[in-house]
Amino acid sequence: MSINRRTFLKGSLATGALGVAAGLGLLKPTQVLAAWPDNAFQAKTVEDALRALTGTTNTEPGAIKIKAPDIAENGAVVPITVSAKLDNVDSISILVAKNPQPLAASFDMKGDLETFVSTRIKMGETSDVIAVIKSGDTLYSSKKTVKVTIGGCGG
Amino acid sequence: MNLNRREFLQMLAIAGAAGLSLPGCSALPRQRWQKAPEDFYELPAYGNVSLLHMTDCHAQLLPIWFREPNINIGVGDMWGRPPHLVGEHFLKAYGIPAHSMDAHAFTYLDFVEAARQYGKVGGFAHLATLVKKLRAQRPGALLLDGGDTWQGSATALWTDAQDMVDACLLLGVDVMTAHWEFTYGAERVKEILDYIDGKIDFVAQNVIDNEWEEHVFQRYTLKEINGVPVAIIGQAFPYTPIANPRHLIPEWSFGIRDDELQQLIDQVRAEGAQVVVLLSHNGMDVDLKLASRVSGLDAILGGHTHDAVPAPVRVKNAGGSTLVINSGSNGKFLGVLDFDVRDGKVRGHRFRLLPIFSNLLPADAEMAAYIDKVRAPFAAKLAEPLAVTDELLYRRGNFNGTFDQLILDAMLAVQGADIAFSPGFRWGVSKLPGETITFEDVMTQTAITYPATTLTEMDAERIKLILEDVADNLFNQDPYYQQGGDMVRVGGLKYSIDPTRKIGQRIGDLTLNGKPLQPGKKYKVAGWASVQQQPEDATPIWEVVSEYLRDQKTVRIRELNTPLIKNVDNNPGYAPL
Repeated sequence: MSINRRTFLKGSLATGALGVAAGLGLLKPTQVLAAWPDNAFQAKTVEDALRALTGTTNTEPGAIKIKAPDIAENGAVVPITVSAKLDNVDSISILVAKNPQPLAASFDMKGDLETFVSTRIKMGETSDVIAVIKSGDTLYSSKKTVKVTIGGCGG
Repeated sequence: MNLNRREFLQMLAIAGAAGLSLPGCSALPRQRWQKAPEDFYELPAYGNVSLLHMTDCHAQLLPIWFREPNINIGVGDMWGRPPHLVGEHFLKAYGIPAHSMDAHAFTYLDFVEAARQYGKVGGFAHLATLVKKLRAQRPGALLLDGGDTWQGSATALWTDAQDMVDACLLLGVDVMTAHWEFTYGAERVKEILDYIDGKIDFVAQNVIDNEWEEHVFQRYTLKEINGVPVAIIGQAFPYTPIANPRHLIPEWSFGIRDDELQQLIDQVRAEGAQVVVLLSHNGMDVDLKLASRVSGLDAILGGHTHDAVPAPVRVKNAGGSTLVINSGSNGKFLGVLDFDVRDGKVRGHRFRLLPIFSNLLPADAEMAAYIDKVRAPFAAKLAEPLAVTDELLYRRGNFNGTFDQLILDAMLAVQGADIAFSPGFRWGVSKLPGETITFEDVMTQTAITYPATTLTEMDAERIKLILEDVADNLFNQDPYYQQGGDMVRVGGLKYSIDPTRKIGQRIGDLTLNGKPLQPGKKYKVAGWASVQQQPEDATPIWEVVSEYLRDQKTVRIRELNTPLIKNVDNNPGYAPL
């Protein structure tokens, strides 16, 4: 189980995995990748991040499935899975609207890959989590609210 | 509404002189209350598959009082729908006559008078008698326990839940799921699972380990009842690591997980299950939403929000419909669900939610002896008298109950705080006016594994943020964002709340001693039951409350600090006293 999963990550999602690590502040992106989309990850709004990443902010609603908790158990590691039945997918990006820097991860999907990514992101407060899939010249997007709460006082 | 004794006597004298009849007065003739029928527990058997459902007993081994809420507000789509009905609205919706035994069991109306008339409710020895009677009528019936069984009493806490585990084995519980059980910590839960292995199936489809996302528990059990394969899937409380301390179960992740549930239902149907039910600790609003999104469940037998609902709610979904049942709390009720299953399908059902009136059910000798034995080592400590109450003490309701007010008054006095917060738990039994409050009674309100009291400096912004956060867990219009507790209980501070608005806009008018909270100023806030880890030497809440009670001798609630509640006029879940 563990070996397969690690191999899968290494083999097909290396860029994405590094993207997440950098998003969490573990690595300095400029030291990792020459083509790192610095502007996109440092953008302060969803629109600026999308523009920096793809050159446009026009998105269409798409049949994208976002699997995320309704209420986060721990805002520091929120598990997110994005999948879709779309052809010719170039990239999958995950943005957290209310994070100071909304772009949490971007996965380069070029090649014959299933449109499926799973990762963990950090969330400062209750926010929409937005998944954006680039397919050719079109950006599809979908969102889901994930609540981050102080907790306690249950039942 | 809170009269002191002298005012009450004066009122009685005036009323008597004027020839008025006063409701709530025990001197009145008792005929106005329904006489207990001989056949209250005669329930003809129906069909061939029977499920008995208990939930949220909160470790109440002995009979207790439990007052149902007069405020249980439903917002959005839940406005005026079960379970968000109280008092007269409740009676009307279910055609229950006033002054009947059911009226007393299901509502707060004339609580003290009716309690004196009908006696205490619940108790495992009385429950055991009823379970045996129903099982004799319904061969093959299974007893399902929806959880919150191991927590809520001093003896459960002091025995690490062992008293309840053995009581459930003796009662003959077949299947259970859980919530507060997890607050004993992962190691203890695993130890008990070994202990009950082969006797009670502990099921939860929605708990996975954080690392590899594998299921931690058996997800379901397949039982054969009179030749019919019946699948019981477990649904633990989805927000356990948020509502309770995550550090107690650091490797387990919860959530609703209705996608996985749908796959599992399809799988068990394919395996041949002819009846599929969910034993749920979601809370009723979540159950209702889930029933609309998932298909293939014949019924959801739910708990957590302590709603006692006399009739199933039928919820339509893609595959047909699902019956949603919630069976109350504190050992006060037992749900009886009978299915008629023929040619591989459910053809009909009957449901009754039976109140457990201890006076009408003789104690089962074996269970009574067990309870005596398990309590004996603690008897002296439990019985310590602390004070006498002049008032009805209760907790349940969306906002401060009188028992919470007592706890808050104690916290303000003993901890020396400006403001006190006490959690909006839905468990905690009631006490009648004139009764002695013992140490055991204090423990029925406070017995948790993380009882540390805290004293924190907070500014006005932080205080509002906390109130907004908790209010959203209660009044979010999407049930999947609700956690199922009531509003945090507040001492000292006054505020207003509009349950119909969104987070950030519900709470206003925060004042302390008549003055608005000042931005930036720090206030001393007392609390307990923090989900963050606290120092081991912190004073537990029951010591604070006991110290206060010993000093008070007689309990009188000067003021029940309920907020100003906006936009709830005509809400059938709102009946101000």
